[in-house]
Formats: sequence, structure tokens, C-alpha cells
Amino acid sequence: MTLPALGWQGLVVLVVFGVSLLIATYSTYAERVIAAFLQDRVGPDRAGPFGLLQPLADAVKLFTKEEFFPAGANRALFVFGPCLAMTTALMSSAVIPFGNVLQFGETSIHLQGIEINVGMLYVFGMVSLGVYGIMIGGWASNNKFSLLGAIRAASQNISYEIAMGLALIAVLMMSGTLSLREITLQQSVAGEWHFWNIAKQPLGFIIFIVCAFAETNRTPFDLPECETELIGGYHTEYSSMKMGLYLFAEYINVFVASAVMSVLYFGGFNFPFQYELRDWLVSSQHLELVTASNIITILGLVGLFAKIFGFIFFFMWVRWTLPRFRYDQLMRLGWTILIPLAIFNILLTGGLITFGVIN
Amino acid sequence: MESLSKRAKVLEKKPMTFAERAYLPAIFQGLTITMRHFFRAATKKQVTVRYPDETRPFSPVFRGLHVLKRDEAGRERCTACGLCAVACPAEAITMVAGERKKGEENLYREEKYAVSYEINMLRCIFCGLCEEACPKAAVYLQADKMAPPRFERDEFIYGKDRLVEPVTPDNRSKRGIQLTPEQADKLRSQLA
Repeated sequence: MTLPALGWQGLVVLVVFGVSLLIATYSTYAERVIAAFLQDRVGPDRAGPFGLLQPLADAVKLFTKEEFFPAGANRALFVFGPCLAMTTALMSSAVIPFGNVLQFGETSIHLQGIEINVGMLYVFGMVSLGVYGIMIGGWASNNKFSLLGAIRAASQNISYEIAMGLALIAVLMMSGTLSLREITLQQSVAGEWHFWNIAKQPLGFIIFIVCAFAETNRTPFDLPECETELIGGYHTEYSSMKMGLYLFAEYINVFVASAVMSVLYFGGFNFPFQYELRDWLVSSQHLELVTASNIITILGLVGLFAKIFGFIFFFMWVRWTLPRFRYDQLMRLGWTILIPLAIFNILLTGGLITFGVIN
Repeated sequence: MESLSKRAKVLEKKPMTFAERAYLPAIFQGLTITMRHFFRAATKKQVTVRYPDETRPFSPVFRGLHVLKRDEAGRERCTACGLCAVACPAEAITMVAGERKKGEENLYREEKYAVSYEINMLRCIFCGLCEEACPKAAVYLQADKMAPPRFERDEFIYGKDRLVEPVTPDNRSKRGIQLTPEQADKLRSQLA
């Protein structure tokens, strides 16, 4: 146990990477099961117990399908598109604080890929790069319908990113920092467990979650892929694992969006009565303070993942409830409703801070 | 005009209220509906049939795949009279008649028999008129078996190899239902 702190941090990065992939893999399975339950069906139950090996079977199927390149397509860009979508999706999970600090003697491990004080900007940068993956894929396919889907994706992401950023500014006004870890720690005032940001920013959260749906291209904002209008959308020409990467990147994006929402608005790795529980462990169970803190950290990790899974479930729940927006409805909602609402929210937050109602 | 069913509703096109324009109440309403269905999957009976594992029961009057019956001694009942082919509105049945030779008495019931007997399952409409027309009670439409799907068109022309009932007497009954050995035992005990 004499790994230097940097080695531990590298391990954490690898674990975050693996966990993102694992969760995305099983999201595909969960999506099908939840869809089936919401529609009174049975869902996948053939591969393994309860169909749990379904993602593996899907992967084998995708890998063994024919690699198809459309005539006149730009081969390099055609391959680069899904790679970019996947890379940006995976990279954005690096700054999310999955837990507080674990203390082992001298070494303290931050359960976070990288701690940077511009974490939120980094996530936004990565998410907005993700649209290039779709755009390049649609352009390189040499297909009008793919291009239309890609353009719709681009315009949608740009419109909703504005409202998303404005909704976030209200949070940043209260926290005064861009570091996701700092924002989480600020939501854990001892004895005031209910002071999560959702209590101070309900309107901002609604705007943020709507925009998160649009950013991850999930129903009801999944305009880039629309079988009735665009044959399939930006991935019409894609086959085998390149298609798989696009779909997979979407699930990683859902995971990251859920994690960001949990961290920003639902207290991240904090959970109710954590300090009371720690003090109780120290006083009644005669544990050392370090051990008690480690237990709280691990419980917080579990709590954060519970919140994330809750949000992932919500994403799927909404997907199988609402129909897709029409393109003009989407644009009207984004520009004439969400952006003014977000600006109003900023003004409201500023006023409340000025008059000392919230801090 | 008087409404016969008394279920007609008059639609009024009022301007939407603020709650309706705000989308969100309607969205939550929809979410509760789907959530009810989510929990229904665990609590109530499922709507779907898990098809390959369990099948829906057939209707008692269902007419399925044809079978050419044998008699008690295991001889083919069909005498190739052609009445089924005449009765067939889809003209799906063709046959070639032949004369029974010496030593074949244990195979065919009468002097005349069908050398070939073919039903085109792509033409057949499973109306059961062949069954009604048959004077020898030879052709039946089974009550529990459907013509299975196939990949090639010529595979749908069923010859005698696929139509004639298998020899084992236990597996026979009047409506052409293939019995399992247990069912045959039960039937035999009831008849005795």
C-alpha cells in the first residue's frame, strides 16, 4: 500500500472510465427492460438470467455485422465521426466528483478523475464538442437525410446550450466557483442537509433538465434521429460497431448528464444526516474519526450513484412517455421560453442574493 | 341528429389555459400514466403471451393443417375419388389415382388409392370444404396445428410424405388432433 498519490489518482481515472462504460452498457439493457415494463411487455429475457447478457449479445452482433461505406463518402471523416462522439462523451466524466476523500494513513485519495477548478467549463466544452461527432458523421455520409439530421442536431444543441449555460450561471452566482467538487462541498453544510441547490434553484433545475434532454439528444428532443422524416437521421449510413459507438455515446452522455445534475442540484455525494451519522459512529461505535469519515465517503459514493441511476431512470421514463417535438416547436421552446426563463432566473437569484435570502 | 350510442362528445375549441400552455402539468400527467403501467408489470397479469414458451389456446372450431387419416388397421383411407379437389374453391388439391396391387391390402383400404396427393398451402384457404366433401373420412383439418412458415415457395406444396398420418395408432383421434401418449392412454381408458 505504498502507491504514491499520483498512482492512486491514475487508478481512479481508470475506474471512472470503466464505470462509465459499464453503466452505458447496462443502460442499453435497462432501457429495453424499462421500455417493456412501461408498455406492459416482457422485454429481453433470452440471453442469460433475466436477459442480463443481452448487452454482450448486442456487442457480438454489432461487431460481426458488415462494415459498410457509402459510395462517395469521405472515409476518414466517416470513421472519425463516431470516434469523436465516443471520445468526447467519455472525457466529460473525468471531472465529476464521485465521492469525497478516502484517507489511508498518509495518502488521501480523491474519488474524482481530475480535480480542476474549471470543472464545469470543462464539462460544457466537452459536451459542445460532442455535436461535432454527429455533424461530421452526417456530413461524411454523403446522404441528404443524414446531413439534415446532423444539422438539426447542431442547431438544437447550440440553442439549448445557451439556456443550459444561463440556468447554470444562477448556480455559479451562489457558489462562486466552477469547481464541481467545491459546489458539492458547499451543499453539505453541517446540520443543514436540506440545503441542496434544488431547494434554492427549482426553476433553474427545470430549465437545466430540459436542456440536458436536448443536449443528450433524448426523446422528446431526439430530432437528429427520426425514422419517419429522415429515414434514420445522422446515422442512416452507419452500420456495425460505428453505429454502435454513436448509440453508446448517447448512453454515456445520459450518464454524464445525470451525474452533473446530481452534483449541481442534488448535493452530489452528500446525503441527509451524514455528519450526525459520522459523529454517532465516532461517539457510540468508538471508531476513529478517519475510519468514520471513510465510511461516510463510501456511503456518499453509493448515494451519488443512487441519484445518478434515478436520473437515468427518469431519462428512460420520459423517453417512453412523450412523443417527439416538431422542429419549430423545439426552436420556439428553446429560444422564446427557456432562454427568457433562464434570464429571469438569473435576475431572481441576483435579487435574492442581494437581499440576503439565499447565499 | 340523435346519437345512437350516446357516447359522442362535442368538442369545443377553447384557447388553452396557462397550465395547458406550460406543457409541464400535461407531461407529469403522462408520466404518472406510464408509471402506473410500470408497476402493473409487477403486480397484475401480463398482457402479452410469451410466445415460444406458451401459446394461446386455439378456438375449438379452428381449422389448421391437413392430415390424411388411416383407418383402425393403419391403412390409408383415401381412395383418390377427387371430390375434395372438386370441392376446393381455391383449387389447391391435386392427386393422381392408382390401382392397388396384390399384397398391398394392408396399405390401402380400397382398390383405388392416391399415388400422389398434393395440397398447395399457398392457395389453401383452410375453409374445410375438402373435409366435408370426403366420403371416406380421409382428409381432416387438424384443430391444433398451423401450416408452418417456410423460406421457399415449393416447400409449401405438401405431398403425401407430409400429409399422411403417422402409423402409430396411439397418436390418432377423430378430429385429427395429434395426441400425446398420456392423452391416448386416457382416451383408451375412457372408451373401455
